[in-house]
Amino acid sequence: MNAALAAVTGSFDIPTIEYSALAPILIVLGAAVVSVLVEALVPQAYRRTLQLVITFAALVGALVAVVALWGTQQIVAMGSVAVDGPTLFMQGSILVLSAIAALVMAERRVDPAGDSFAPRASALPGSEDEQAFTRLGWLQTEVWTLFLFCVGGLLLFPASTDLLTMFVALEVLSLPLYIMVGLARRRRLLSQEASLKYFVLGAFSSAFFLYGTALLYGYAGTVSLSGIADALGASAGDTGLVLAGVALLSVGLLFKVGAAPFHQWTPDVYQGSPTSITGFMAACIKVAAFGALLRVMYVALGGIRWDWRPMMYVIAALTMIVGTLFALTQTDIKRMLAYSAIAQAGFMLVGVVATNAAGLEGTMVYLLAYGVATVGAFAIVTLVRDTTGEATHLSQWAGLGKRSPVVAAAFALFLLAFAGIPLTSGFTGKFAVFTAGIAGGATPIVVIGVVASAVAAFFYIRVIVLMFFNEPAAEGGPSVVIPSAFTTLAITVAVALTLVIGVLPQLVFDLVSQAGLFVR
Amino acid sequence: MTNSYWLLALLVVPLVGAAAVMLVPRANERLAKQLALVVSLVVFGLTVAMCAQFVVAQAADFQFVYSVSWISSYNINFALGVDGIALVLIALSTSLVPVVLLAGWHEADGARGSVRGYVALILVLEAAMVGVFAATDLFLFYVFFEAMLVPVYFLIGRYGGPRRNYAAVKFLLYSLFGGLLMLASLLGLYVVSGDITGHGTFDFTQLAALANQIPPDTQKWLFVGFFVAFAIKAPLVPFHTWLPDAAAESTPGTAVLLVGVLDKVGTFGMLRYCLELFPGASHWATPLVIVLAVAGIIYGALQAIGQSDIKRLIAYTSVSHFGFIALGVFVMTTQGQSGSALYMVNHGFSTAALFLIAGFLISRRGSRLVDDFGGVQKVAPILAGTFLVAGMSSLALPGLSSFVSEFLVLVGTFERYTWVGVVATLGIVLAALYILLMYQRTMTGPTPDVVTEKVHDLRGREVLAIAPLLVVIVALGFYPKPVLDVVNPAVDRVMHAVGATDPAPQVAPVAEGTAK
Repeated sequence: MNAALAAVTGSFDIPTIEYSALAPILIVLGAAVVSVLVEALVPQAYRRTLQLVITFAALVGALVAVVALWGTQQIVAMGSVAVDGPTLFMQGSILVLSAIAALVMAERRVDPAGDSFAPRASALPGSEDEQAFTRLGWLQTEVWTLFLFCVGGLLLFPASTDLLTMFVALEVLSLPLYIMVGLARRRRLLSQEASLKYFVLGAFSSAFFLYGTALLYGYAGTVSLSGIADALGASAGDTGLVLAGVALLSVGLLFKVGAAPFHQWTPDVYQGSPTSITGFMAACIKVAAFGALLRVMYVALGGIRWDWRPMMYVIAALTMIVGTLFALTQTDIKRMLAYSAIAQAGFMLVGVVATNAAGLEGTMVYLLAYGVATVGAFAIVTLVRDTTGEATHLSQWAGLGKRSPVVAAAFALFLLAFAGIPLTSGFTGKFAVFTAGIAGGATPIVVIGVVASAVAAFFYIRVIVLMFFNEPAAEGGPSVVIPSAFTTLAITVAVALTLVIGVLPQLVFDLVSQAGLFVR
Repeated sequence: MTNSYWLLALLVVPLVGAAAVMLVPRANERLAKQLALVVSLVVFGLTVAMCAQFVVAQAADFQFVYSVSWISSYNINFALGVDGIALVLIALSTSLVPVVLLAGWHEADGARGSVRGYVALILVLEAAMVGVFAATDLFLFYVFFEAMLVPVYFLIGRYGGPRRNYAAVKFLLYSLFGGLLMLASLLGLYVVSGDITGHGTFDFTQLAALANQIPPDTQKWLFVGFFVAFAIKAPLVPFHTWLPDAAAESTPGTAVLLVGVLDKVGTFGMLRYCLELFPGASHWATPLVIVLAVAGIIYGALQAIGQSDIKRLIAYTSVSHFGFIALGVFVMTTQGQSGSALYMVNHGFSTAALFLIAGFLISRRGSRLVDDFGGVQKVAPILAGTFLVAGMSSLALPGLSSFVSEFLVLVGTFERYTWVGVVATLGIVLAALYILLMYQRTMTGPTPDVVTEKVHDLRGREVLAIAPLLVVIVALGFYPKPVLDVVNPAVDRVMHAVGATDPAPQVAPVAEGTAK
């Protein structure tokens, strides 16, 4: 009777939201909202302190929530968000990496003009306004608001179990990032160019993602990943629609991952962004985007893996080759790290094409290992400066080992980790994905990966040669600035994690094997 | 089984020593060197004590086993253990380190890097060398194999000669490339072992037991990955081009450890890993490897004759000698493999003597070119005399150590491949040529003024460093039995694993009185 009544009058089911399971995301997004209010209401003098407190409290609080939720395996929020092992592992990784990156962003000692962000991003580069702002020593704190929104999006992205939620998360993480990229205090034009490029190409790729979503909806009649998997299992409908949908959807995801041939934005954006932001995006976006990619490929499209694996084979191989070869010719440290990031994305894709449990675990380990070394490496880039700002040309790094042995040694450690030398975190990651790749039958790709690693070692080693074996260029060249406790702590944590994951990898392997598989 | 801590001690003591050396104030170079020398002597003492407890009768088994779980997700153990071959190579490594430190007392003075850094790196390298020979888990072996590169890279790059950057990078890239190919094979082997038994393993003994169950084609691919890595390391022609550069640009001490010990990892790896893990593929590859080995013997020797740089010359003699060692491994006869195992030890000592004495000579004159010397024996008779003995050992003069091993390798070769043996024997003739020519050009003849002025004879410290090497060279030349006794059971194990039997002695039926 009641049911009939409801059917007649049209009913509205109150959605059930499992607030506790969503706590990590809600904490960060809530803090972001508070942060907006702080910007609007709190006097300038207190803003920075307050923003820092809010940011770190949110990150730590969310991390605590992730730890408390560990072991949860459920789909919440009316089937649109999965809180499962992989989600929690990636959210944990993102939070840890964001916290390290935030420490670098909070640095106010290395740049004599204040921090590394433009006083007013809206001022025209080189205009009198801008010079006035700089002269007056204005500093801005909006970056923290943007940062928190971005982290909120990042946390949701790998957890989404339907394509629309995933798209929303993608936009929530991307939009603040486009602005953050344009905030560099020095080399404003480069920064704005990077911002615009990233925005245009990012919007473009979002459109691809959306189009792919639409086609898959047309095929399956649902945007939920498990729904698509079921439809594929029943193999009803038009296969052409699926393949086109998968291709378009992949373009959107692979763009964020930075895989070739959708990598063109990476070097420019990495170079133009404020270096602390580069470290943040290089590490965290990769984790979130790979998380989403893995979820889509394993949960929704696992049934048709024989159709998409050839495509991913080619992309993985291409990404490794392009990243490695272009990195060889770079003369700017940030661009080199950008191409290295592309090559690393290729290695991670080996874990994706493995399409087995080991592939998922391996990729997660790789993401964490790579992320830690990346934030650390970019943190060090912020410290090597001359009078005009960061000294990013490789020739300026010559002889750094002589003047600042500790900083150079830390950087060398990160480079060795990128190169995948045993007893560093990078090797743990490579070992895990390559093993998974061979077990998953992707041996040729692993061999390409191995050869690419050998070539890639060259450009990492070259920097070590520069730092340790070459004479410093000249007196008055760049020097390492002594940072405040923020950056020091960030680098220390990154070094420690790099070594721990390298020497005692079982700790991470335990975590990922507890994390288990994606819940459906 | 209870864990034995001998090998762990050999690993840990040098590392702790290196850390202690780095705590010495930078300015106090003397103390750093003394401390490092003491540490290396302690390690050597430990090695001697360990060798005394080695049960020769069971030299085919792994002894002094130490194993703890390291990465349980992948069934990886931190597992150490030595058979006879590994034992003698570890003994070689730990005995050369004090010699190198003593002989190279002033090598790092005035270099780019600090002196304490130099000796600390040598100690770190010592630990890695012990580890790479002692590892019985293939993953651990790989870790040491790669980790070893880092100290050598810095030793060459920071303390080497004028072209050190080039040499260091070339060395590293060659080795890394080989190592990564091996990594791919290693992972493949792990996955294959998982397919066969249900749970993958990196344990050497377990993998060797599975060796014959691996499908032949898979085995070949896996073999190639390992073999290329070892062929680069050893080095075999055509993978050898990094060696002359690396050896010539590094300090004499580094060159000794690099050529004398590190490269042995290549031939050691062929003997233990290639043959035992991939018996089928090893037989398949034998013809090619033998061709490469013989080519190396001849090519290395010819190149050595043509060198004008003393250190490059010695490096090329080693290319030739590594050809012999690889030949002995792959002819699949007991004599050949015993000879190779013994050769690894002998070559280590005689090359060490050659490099160190050449180093003394070069540092005095300030030039590496053969043409810049002459008549040294008149002004520095001890230096010239020791150089001659070391050189004679290198050219395999009977009574000196290398002779025994070279002879065994050749006998082993003749048993199976007569013509290969004939060609390889040419290598001995050429060896006489390159050693004696070098001796003649540098030590005999008129003495240029600049040589008289700069070159003085060996001092007490230098004699102290060289003397033990010469004693060993002579002792093993006359009485190689202790080493052979230790090595032979392990060689028998390899022969059994690879399914090879010695060919029956052939007596030509026409031999008895039918000659016309």
